[in-house]
Amino acid sequence: MTHNQKIFALLVCLAVFLLTVEMVRSRRLREEYSVLWLTTSVLMFILVLRYEWLMALTRLIGAVLPTTTVFLGAVLFLLLIAVQFSIKLSRLTDQVKNLAQENALLKTEVERLKYDGTPNT
Amino acid sequence: MKQILVLIPAFNEEKSLTKVVQGVRENLPDADLLVVNDGSRDKTAGVARQLGVTVVSHPWNMGYGTAVQTGYKYARDKGYDFLVQIDADGQHDPASIVDLLKPVRTGEADFALGSRFLGKGDYRPSWPRRLGMGLFRKLVSVIIRQPISDSTSGFQAFNSRVVAFLTGDLFPCDYPDADLIILLHRARFRIVERPVRMYASHTGQSMHNGLKPLYYFFKMSLSIGVTLLRSKRHIQGGPS
Repeated sequence: MTHNQKIFALLVCLAVFLLTVEMVRSRRLREEYSVLWLTTSVLMFILVLRYEWLMALTRLIGAVLPTTTVFLGAVLFLLLIAVQFSIKLSRLTDQVKNLAQENALLKTEVERLKYDGTPNT
Repeated sequence: MKQILVLIPAFNEEKSLTKVVQGVRENLPDADLLVVNDGSRDKTAGVARQLGVTVVSHPWNMGYGTAVQTGYKYARDKGYDFLVQIDADGQHDPASIVDLLKPVRTGEADFALGSRFLGKGDYRPSWPRRLGMGLFRKLVSVIIRQPISDSTSGFQAFNSRVVAFLTGDLFPCDYPDADLIILLHRARFRIVERPVRMYASHTGQSMHNGLKPLYYFFKMSLSIGVTLLRSKRHIQGGPS
């Protein structure tokens, strides 16, 4: 890896890390969603500094080029992010459904109280 | 003490609702009626209120399963002993309600399923629907070791224990039919099937359009699979 490549990769990692921290600080990103981003940027940072570790990892997974390892890592990262979002979306869908049902039931009760003055027990 | 609640989930059914409500009142005069208006864009809620029926309106359309579960939550909160579920599109004949409810009221069963194939009626499903219905009917019958002729029927009667169970997170809000029967069986509820009269629906919107049958097949297969994979401990709430 040339010096220029190294500096560029380190800057990208640093930018992702700082951007994530800034978004958490300004409350645009919740802490729970920042974990994967921060972990990935730190891992990438370490692998750039310790290039021999990337080479060892490449040999370990049976890849020929370290770029393949990085590419696979990126795909895995995106996959994990997508799974995390799917889980969260499913939970939110259930919560929204329950809230809407509660809202509809309470609205019916409020209307009954408004017009009849007696709760429907 | 409140006895019976008749739950009518409705989505854009202003034309057929009056006839269904009148039919229910003729056959079950002592029962309370509840229309769950699932975000209708027509005057479904207004028609129901004019008929003196309690209406619970969803803020937007959330689907049939969510609509019936809202009704279960209402029945649980108000302490009803029995619940009958009937479609608002006029497909289910209200004259069958008494016979459908009978096994649940007498304690013979916890859940009664109305079958269009055991009774009389002019219901003739299209061939893809017939194929899907036949497949899931066989599957349900084998799994619960009890013959079920109409696993997709929405004409159902429950006792309060089943109603309380179905207000929980395990209720399959997305097309609850064959998987619901298997879930109730695994929760050790007693299930019976009774003949009911059904007609072809002339109003409302069918869920069997476009790619929906494919999604239905996929969802139902997955839902049945995961229901079978769940441990007994996971399926709590049924009779011990």
